[in-house]
Amino acid sequence: MEFAELIKTPRVDNVVLHRPFYPAVEGTLCLTGHHLILSSRQDNTEELWLLHSNIDAIDKRFVGSLGTIIIKCKDFRIIQLDIPGMEECLNIASSIEALSTLDSVTLMYPFFYRPMFEVIEDGWHSFLPEQEFELYSSATSDWRLSYVNKEFAVCPSYPPIVIVPKSIDDEALRKVATFRHGGRFPVLSYYHKKNGMVIMRSGQPLTGTNGRRCKEDEKLINATLRAGKRGYIIDTRSLNVAQQARAKGGGFEQEAHYPQWRRIHKSIERYHILQDSLIKLVEACNDQTHNMDRWLSKLEASNWLTHVKEILTTACLAAQCIDREGASVLIHGAEGTDSTLQAASLAQIILEPRSRTVRGFEALIEREWLQAGHPFQQRCAQSAYCSSKQKWEAPVFLLFLDCVWQILRQFPCSFEFNEHFLIMLFEHAYASQFGTFLGNNESERCKLKLQQKTMSLWSWVNRPSELSKFANPLFEANNLVIWPSVAPQSLQLWEGIFLRWNRSSKYVDEAYEEMVNIIEYNRELQAKVNILRRQLAELETEDGLRESP
Amino acid sequence: MATITCNQTCRYCDTGLPGNSRQLVTHWRSAGSLRAPGRQSAGGPQAVGNGVENVRLVDRVSSKKAVLGTLYLTATHVIFVENVPDARKETWILHSQISTIEKQATTATGCPLLIRCKNFQIIQLIIPQERDCHDVYISLTRLARPVKYEELYCFSFNPKLDKEEREQGWMLIDLSEEYKRMGLPNNYWQLSDVNRDYKVCDSYPTELYVPKSATAHIIVGSSKFRSRRRFPALSYYYKDNHASICRSSQPLSGFSARCLEDEQMLQAIRKANPGSDFIYVVDTRPKLNAMANRAAGKGYENEDNYSNIKFQFIGIENIHVMRNSLQKMLEVCELKSPSMSDFLWGLENSGWLRHIKAIMDAGIFIAKAVSEEGASVLVHCSDGWDRTAQVCSVASLLLDPHYRTLKGFMVLIEKDWISFGHKFNHRYGNLDGDPKEISPVIDQFIECVWQLMEQFPCAFEFNERFLIHIQHHIYSCQFGNFLCNSQKERQELK
Repeated sequence: MEFAELIKTPRVDNVVLHRPFYPAVEGTLCLTGHHLILSSRQDNTEELWLLHSNIDAIDKRFVGSLGTIIIKCKDFRIIQLDIPGMEECLNIASSIEALSTLDSVTLMYPFFYRPMFEVIEDGWHSFLPEQEFELYSSATSDWRLSYVNKEFAVCPSYPPIVIVPKSIDDEALRKVATFRHGGRFPVLSYYHKKNGMVIMRSGQPLTGTNGRRCKEDEKLINATLRAGKRGYIIDTRSLNVAQQARAKGGGFEQEAHYPQWRRIHKSIERYHILQDSLIKLVEACNDQTHNMDRWLSKLEASNWLTHVKEILTTACLAAQCIDREGASVLIHGAEGTDSTLQAASLAQIILEPRSRTVRGFEALIEREWLQAGHPFQQRCAQSAYCSSKQKWEAPVFLLFLDCVWQILRQFPCSFEFNEHFLIMLFEHAYASQFGTFLGNNESERCKLKLQQKTMSLWSWVNRPSELSKFANPLFEANNLVIWPSVAPQSLQLWEGIFLRWNRSSKYVDEAYEEMVNIIEYNRELQAKVNILRRQLAELETEDGLRESP
Repeated sequence: MATITCNQTCRYCDTGLPGNSRQLVTHWRSAGSLRAPGRQSAGGPQAVGNGVENVRLVDRVSSKKAVLGTLYLTATHVIFVENVPDARKETWILHSQISTIEKQATTATGCPLLIRCKNFQIIQLIIPQERDCHDVYISLTRLARPVKYEELYCFSFNPKLDKEEREQGWMLIDLSEEYKRMGLPNNYWQLSDVNRDYKVCDSYPTELYVPKSATAHIIVGSSKFRSRRRFPALSYYYKDNHASICRSSQPLSGFSARCLEDEQMLQAIRKANPGSDFIYVVDTRPKLNAMANRAAGKGYENEDNYSNIKFQFIGIENIHVMRNSLQKMLEVCELKSPSMSDFLWGLENSGWLRHIKAIMDAGIFIAKAVSEEGASVLVHCSDGWDRTAQVCSVASLLLDPHYRTLKGFMVLIEKDWISFGHKFNHRYGNLDGDPKEISPVIDQFIECVWQLMEQFPCAFEFNERFLIHIQHHIYSCQFGNFLCNSQKERQELK
């Protein structure tokens, strides 16, 4: 297919663009295969480059022959184009609609994007499972790398390499895979060096209504327990939902078969409930007319913060089991690709100082989201403005980022990155020139040959010039476990994401700049003090030498 | 019997045990109810230090945790000293900070005592003996409700300053300097001595700025037509374009009454601003409230009687609504592990943020009228000492960067609140009084400032801690600044 077929009118003059925080600007609108471009042709300053894949929904209106297209983006921005001529407007609208909903992944921009920057480090090889495993292997020999899933035959949504208990062989893993949803047998997610406790994650056990059991499965997870110690299974579904899952072949671990494990049910929502919540929240944030009461009740009715609270609570529970109780944890929901990953990765943010650094957080996203098989392509296909409402669309990753932001806000000095880093990840998960978030799992990414055909997000982000934008000036490495508050009073709306296009951040940005300057100035002065101290010490020893003879 | 050895200080007072201890004993005795622990060694200064032992202070986060310590009452503070030998952490609470004391049902572990403070701190103590608990309860109930100003902490508070330094402190804020800074007096405004010796209005200061064309006759005439004789006077003068913010109380217009002098007074305010041919009259009450006032012979300006005024209602609720709103909000904050919905619903239901928004909206309206339209504004509510003070000070803060400095902010409070007779004593219950008079009026103003600081982090010289300190001292009575209801009362008290 040629893009040219979809572009009925490639160019329209005298189009007026309205967008947040900028005065309206008139210019020429161009459509390319992947971008919507508006250029005022004046000093090259007033230009808009919008990826078609960032477009969530469009509305069109006509007043006489003047057409208006309202473009609603996946990053929640809303822009408006006034286009003279009804035919041009209709052509543009239908082209945008077609180009923003391409079926084939290989037509997406990452396959066409040619980087203009020098690649210092290829991001596709930045976080290899072998390297990640080495970080643990110095501390423990109880675990091994397994290549059982090399051809994605055992579990289609797992990566080729996983970490499993040393005492369990690949044959047992194959058996366990038949007992877990989607073949997602329990694998290591996190090893707590302080006390050797671990977080494992998996899919739900396929017990069904007649209480099927799998000896290998029991053996596998028991292999992670120390003698006489109990572990915790955190089921991210309520007991009721878990019980209902049995009718469809799913289920949960029964006490009789897992006597050394205590099961705790939490209730993290999924799918359309989350998507509806996002739609309601963004609608409330965009409504400029309401008074104070309407705002609070709409915020409450969206339930967004309730979801944030529930996810954080579950993550804290897992972290508590590990660090306070000294017990290992197995986390799963139904498929083990959504709420399971939220809870497991947030627990690591709480427990592991490394995951609060830029590299460590990138490694966490790579390991616990991309390789762990979170279906990014399905979940992030549409955002808050879409009306199609497919079952698989859900802001699971955005909720995770929001939870990280809540912790970041409560521990402003403990993270090496700032809020912009999280916002950047949100944007790229929904629309990007990079291949990192394409596909639903490693198997799909392999088939798409992303490593060969597209650029990795990390190749771009990890260059010093980009990293400096995402650095938190307050960062001081904190080697402790950080316990966030999950009380409703402590949770806030993430303005940087949700009010970003409605409220100017000018004064807050100014304050941020000021803070950066103060910290830099302080650093310079510290350096000066150190030099002077050294000089003083030298002079004193010289004096001493002179006097002594 | 433990003897008090305080090695720490009160967070706010920045001093050790205040006052001289012998004096404390007399206070202690006159407060007269803590019998049990004090009696054995009564007489010497030592007696002050004898406290109730084995009291548990319940952790504010987890009600299951508590620390063991000894509770002391002094004439001014409740002090809890932890038993942990090395730290001996101390918790100090000023009696004047105590809002309510609640004795709860005795349990196996002892008798719980809940102290709610005016700075919203909540302290839960468990006292082993019911009798001790009752004594503490009775003593605190009395100590927290002084009936005479002389009993207040500021009269016994004795920082290490000599007389000169103390007087310097009082001179620090000079309102005549402030009016000079605004550019007054000038061709349009003059200092009036009409209220010398509080002859015209006893809740106004003696030094007031009024339009040059307003004669004493007009002022006195206008004052007779205004509730509690609070006639229109200058609050803030905007140098850049001569527009001003004036304040007063409601007119005694009833359904049809009018007053020539009052109309002339408003004319004079308009004439004092050559840049505009009208003035705004802003009534900060909800329209319904203002209309209800007409039946009592009060009310609001009739646009037909006053030439060239634009009349505007801005619905800020009255002190009773605000008091209930705060109460509701505190209840939300006290909820034990609420859900997100409980919290947001409760927050909304309390109406607190709605009221804050109303006050800020009013401030923005006035600031815009002055700076963008170049029009002068007369602000009033009912008596013109609560909502009017809030709104005038928010507007001034928006217009003038000086008020966003440390000194400027103190001047602003001195000007719009202290000098114009905001009833600190009644609103903040410094002395035992009518609970219906209590209302978090200045708390709301302080929150408005905090909201602005959140939005404009670089625009203020001071930080949140400064606001918290001011809020504390409005209730603490440690310093004389926020005492009494008006300048007149303060002068009588010296």
